[in-house]
Amino acid sequence: MGSTDRAPLALKLAAGGVLLFLHGPMAIIVLYAFTTEEAAFTFPPPGLTLQWFPAAWARADLWAALWLSVQVAAVAMALALLLGLLTALAVNRRFFGREALTFLVILPIALPGIVTGIALRSALNLMDLDFSFWTIVIGHATFCIVTVYNNVIARLRRTGASQIEASMDLGANGLQTFRYVLLPAIATALLAGGMLAFALSFDEVIVTTFTAGQQGTLPIWILEQLSRPRDRPVTNVTALFVIAVTTLPILLAHRLTQARADDK
Amino acid sequence: MATSPHRDPLGRLATYFYNRPRLLLLLLLLPPLAWLGVVYLGSLLALLVQSFFYIDEFTGRVVREFTLRTYLQLLEPANVDIFVRTTAMAASVTAAAALLAFPLAYYLARYASGRLKALLYLAVVLPLWSSYIVRVYAWKSILAREGIISWFLAQVGLSGLLEAVLALPGLGGSSLSTSALGMFLVFLYIWLPYMILPIQAALERVPASLLEASGDLGARPAQTFWTVILPLAFPGVVAGSIFTFSLTLGDFIIPSIIGNSSFFIGMAVLRHQGTAGNIPLAAAMTVVPMAIMGVYLLVARRLGAFDAL
Repeated sequence: MGSTDRAPLALKLAAGGVLLFLHGPMAIIVLYAFTTEEAAFTFPPPGLTLQWFPAAWARADLWAALWLSVQVAAVAMALALLLGLLTALAVNRRFFGREALTFLVILPIALPGIVTGIALRSALNLMDLDFSFWTIVIGHATFCIVTVYNNVIARLRRTGASQIEASMDLGANGLQTFRYVLLPAIATALLAGGMLAFALSFDEVIVTTFTAGQQGTLPIWILEQLSRPRDRPVTNVTALFVIAVTTLPILLAHRLTQARADDK
Repeated sequence: MATSPHRDPLGRLATYFYNRPRLLLLLLLLPPLAWLGVVYLGSLLALLVQSFFYIDEFTGRVVREFTLRTYLQLLEPANVDIFVRTTAMAASVTAAAALLAFPLAYYLARYASGRLKALLYLAVVLPLWSSYIVRVYAWKSILAREGIISWFLAQVGLSGLLEAVLALPGLGGSSLSTSALGMFLVFLYIWLPYMILPIQAALERVPASLLEASGDLGARPAQTFWTVILPLAFPGVVAGSIFTFSLTLGDFIIPSIIGNSSFFIGMAVLRHQGTAGNIPLAAAMTVVPMAIMGVYLLVARRLGAFDAL
């Protein structure tokens, strides 16, 4: 709908206000990571300090939660990459039930997390399976498929089939065509989708509360601190860290897809 | 090339499949269908099935027999209260999100371009993907009695206003972070990006020529907005509302951290399946938001929301 005339001042102010609402709270997290206040959320902070960073660094329970989160996110990402790629390659062809499959991929993220969570939990109960690292991964991979699928299918639609046909006509075998033609075309889309999947899994908490047993991921650790605050300063630092870990992959994914879009 | 197409067995196998597209399609479909169709849909089905079981009140064990008595339990006043409270919250969050999302979406679609547009888009997408729990945590500190909102209102001499709002029955509480108003703010904040993006997408598709024509034909800008832009953006609003409504219905983290501990659907589900061990009732309770969303989606489809996604 683009327009060349100037935006009215009221609209600019309103849009700016909404942006402030969306991002202001993140600034609060950054600020509180440095506060000297230990028990409350006093604003303005009575003083600033760096002491909570080494304090958080020394916490073994935090490291354990972080390590679990990284492992879960990495495995969930790998599964999402495989399943998302296969789904995208299949949906890129015509077949009966294609619409139903796209719907099925989106469903886990469109339904409230609690539905996916309790559904998986009750299924595990019915099958008498114990909760473990793998039950967390199953939950995460299910809602991560969509990020990879979305990125790859968008790229496939822009690429078209003629390059693949040309490669086969020129005598390359199927594997070579995949390796030298298809893969380079979709590599950045795969990478972008994978990073989004990692970010999505890394801070997921709703489905995890249902599919985790004794193991606590980093977001579960934060959730426990929220209901029973004990280590507020360390939680503040952890919150800042989680923002960084989830924001960076998203920015990178955005750059990757953006750069390709500019080429065209 | 390193390998000749004829000597490499794996490559020949791949060529074999390339020449048999139906077989290849089947192979491509098998893993995702096994995962989503069997594991995921199977779980949803298992949930549905369990909602027709019931729990024996004496032994506390789930009886695996078909019955509707668990659904009848949903009609108890305490449970109806939970559904009404949750739906009312979801509806007000959705309405407020539409109001807040519109100016930014409109600015993005109509006036922003180039680098600014990319930057603004990123600013909307970023909170969508990242740090849900941390963003709730940020609000816990913002809404705290000693937090930034109270501080700011005290600076401008409006503490009395906050007291007055917190004294309102149903809306207030001892502090913002234990009030329904605070919970509403957090829901609004968390789900707002889901509303902005579909509205922006709908607005992007309004051709500039249509607006020019409206102006040329003598409409004032306000008239153009109300009679041309808004009706065309409406499917986008409905599309966004699907997310804000559904996500608010199913969330249990926010009501358990912010607010006055009155129950919402998600919290009730969590308690029934957790400490109470009453999976049938928890399952039946989950079917309620799914049913509400089913009706909602049918209406949304009529209003053309799916074209705007």
